[in-house]
Amino acid sequence: MTVRFTLNGVPVSVECAGSRRLLDTLRGDLGKTGTKEGCGEGECGACSVLIDGEVVDSCLVAVGQVEGRNVLTVEGLAGPDGTLSRLQQAFIEHGAAQCGICTPGMLLAAHVLLQRTIRPSAADVREGLAGNLCRCTGYTKIIEAVLSCTT
Amino acid sequence: MCPAPVTAVGRSVPRREGADKVTGRARYTDDITVQGAWSGRTIRSTIARGAIRSITLDPAFDWSRVVVVTADDIPGDNVVQLIREDQPVLAPRGGEIKHKEEPILLLAASDRATLEEAATHVRIEYELANPVFEIGSATEVFSTVEITKGDVASVERTADLVVEREFRVGLQEQLYIEPQGAIALPEADGAFRVVGSLQCPYYVHRALKRALKLTDQQAIVVQAETGGGFGGKEEYPSIVAVHAALLARKAGRPVRLIYDRHEDLAATTKRHPGVIRHRTGVKKDGTLVFQDIEIVLDGGAYCTLTPVVLSRAAIHAAGAYSCPNVRIRARAVATNTPPNGAFRGFGAPQSLFAAELMVEHVAEQLGGGVSSVDLRRKWMLRLGDTTATGQVLTESVGSELVLDAALKAATTFQPSNIPTVRRGRGLSLVFHGSGFTGSGEKKLSGTIAMEALADGTFRILTASTEIGQGTKTIFCQLAADALGVPLERVTIAPQDTSLVPDSGPTVASRTAMIVGRLVQEAAAEIKQRLQRERPPLRVDKSYIQPDSIHWDEATYRGDAYPVYAWACTIADVDVDTTTGEVRVTDLVTAVDCGKALHPVMAEGQIEGGCLQAVGWATIEEIKMKDGGYQNDRLATYLIPTALDAPRIRTVLIENPYSRGPFGAKGIGELPMDGPAPAVIAAIHDATGVWLDEVPATPEKVLAALNGAQRREAAQS
Repeated sequence: MTVRFTLNGVPVSVECAGSRRLLDTLRGDLGKTGTKEGCGEGECGACSVLIDGEVVDSCLVAVGQVEGRNVLTVEGLAGPDGTLSRLQQAFIEHGAAQCGICTPGMLLAAHVLLQRTIRPSAADVREGLAGNLCRCTGYTKIIEAVLSCTT
Repeated sequence: MCPAPVTAVGRSVPRREGADKVTGRARYTDDITVQGAWSGRTIRSTIARGAIRSITLDPAFDWSRVVVVTADDIPGDNVVQLIREDQPVLAPRGGEIKHKEEPILLLAASDRATLEEAATHVRIEYELANPVFEIGSATEVFSTVEITKGDVASVERTADLVVEREFRVGLQEQLYIEPQGAIALPEADGAFRVVGSLQCPYYVHRALKRALKLTDQQAIVVQAETGGGFGGKEEYPSIVAVHAALLARKAGRPVRLIYDRHEDLAATTKRHPGVIRHRTGVKKDGTLVFQDIEIVLDGGAYCTLTPVVLSRAAIHAAGAYSCPNVRIRARAVATNTPPNGAFRGFGAPQSLFAAELMVEHVAEQLGGGVSSVDLRRKWMLRLGDTTATGQVLTESVGSELVLDAALKAATTFQPSNIPTVRRGRGLSLVFHGSGFTGSGEKKLSGTIAMEALADGTFRILTASTEIGQGTKTIFCQLAADALGVPLERVTIAPQDTSLVPDSGPTVASRTAMIVGRLVQEAAAEIKQRLQRERPPLRVDKSYIQPDSIHWDEATYRGDAYPVYAWACTIADVDVDTTTGEVRVTDLVTAVDCGKALHPVMAEGQIEGGCLQAVGWATIEEIKMKDGGYQNDRLATYLIPTALDAPRIRTVLIENPYSRGPFGAKGIGELPMDGPAPAVIAAIHDATGVWLDEVPATPEKVLAALNGAQRREAAQS
């Protein structure tokens, strides 16, 4: 089938089985390899993307489900000229990305959190990022990076 | 006055590959597209011990679409090149199976569907044999270590108090978020290029040469961006790479072999579990008389790096303390479980866990108002003291500095105000040897190169890998300052064995300290030569053991490590007495790192290591069934989330080491050592019960609490 949706602000259409995992369509068919596969069963959050502003694990979503919807991946966070977003910049400055494999998903979860909560507390940030596993940082630097974007 | 020159070392400059990582541009192994590549997979044993009776490819399936590799297809030696020659690349027909998930057969196909279907048409029949799963019933010994200082037997009777305890430590999975993976590409002249997620390019290089019978030039290993390692990508990638290359060789085309999480959890190496027994003798005033320690680690079915893990466990077993009489007897045994291997800390977290809790037990039994902190102050190794191996500590001994700093940084303790939740605080003091053990660095003689290029830039050539810990950034900082040039003028070559020399593996807290020092020395030499020569120039630098370091491998006497890094950790825990759940609420750690080359990255390493240790101490439990891991999915093997993680505060203490680059010592593994004993001590502080084992799962905590209650009831 043909699936049409908006990816990072650009309309795309893909020919594939509607049951194909969104993760595979993004990485394989559309070459957006910024979205990572960590477990393939919705436990680690490395494949997090936003569908109409909601964080989802793209390994658990069939591509047919995003027909007509807006999908945002890590590739869509920087400005059109490549300028890093404030959050991306903060991740670099605060040492929130170490090995970097959880970073794309972590950035998207944090992005939503900052859009929804005007002045999140450290506890809010922990809650908001609880679906995204990181094994390198102990989360401290990630939380600091997100909180630095609230003032 | 002139402004001070802007230096790079000591500043938290942006991570070299940071922008690539926050934009999704960074290319990890599975992100790399290779035209015409097939996918591979591994068929593994379903039994723990026995022999392969037959391997049958179902004739009803069309095998022309699939490439099948067995042990018969290995052109070189059927051995995973490491310490011992015991582990086959693929179990041969008729050969022995020693553990579940042992690789037997490899398949590759153009698409995943064919591959998965093919896998269902392979039948393997076995002759079953009796497996050994418990340390206690193991008969095969991989290695032993004995360390003797003074004479325990002759002073035993002079002790006023002898305390005996047994400690148990569990398996742990590294759980890098990017699973293992490699892509093998056949090239001209019989060469194979392998791109993969790995820590040690030259380990993989040696493994490929051996199994595929390749020359130095025919084996090319390239590290892709790597999503975490923690030791898990030290030795295991050799297996993945050789398997991928065997498939590529037979298929005559590139093959990708990327593990899914389930396979990664089920088949790859874990932290060695073990049993550690201590007998400690003291005088009435707490003076340490002797330490008698026995360590048994479970190596699993094959040797892997077990003897080296055991060695580090034994050397750290007496803890950060000075005792005149020490006897350490350590052995690693074989069981029919998947092989255990490298994991951050490499045996030291296991033995230090026991050593630290022993301080608590002795303090408790001595009574008389002597706290465990008092005992640590009395016992701790100080400048001029001698370790268990007879090493005299001549510089950079941070024991007291870290203890004072952690105590100062800890917040005022607030008891819990929830009736069913008890709060407690625990402390630990640990040391960790930086660099390879004993003569390891001398034998290895790691090499780097540096080039001054005609365009005015400088390039570092090293096989040391970036796995998140900051190698690329720190090496560039060291070079820039040693050259006296802006950071932007220094670059680092890709970790590709056809380009860079063998700097040794990226392990053992050695990269910043040992290899970083070579970078600094090479840069200083280039700077000097540029005064009289013109670029391009190249300088190669290899490690030369200083004459002052002496080590006797046969007797385990001497300078076990060039220097030690030190840490004191204070953990606060909440124990829910109704559920048994332990939550670490606050963690302070003071670390003597010599010099913080990049303070934010140093803190990041320490915080990440501390949380990994908190996970090991509380929730990361692997349950065994019939020699396999029962919880081999992320839904059942849990690691701490942002909600589980305590607030972690790091105090960096700079207590320079004369031979470290700008004074730095290795700290990659140290943070894995201290939190587990601090957490167990905190659980005791909260509840009055001792667990003496990790992980302290809710079941174990509840059982201990109930046991204590029953004892109280029986006494009243």
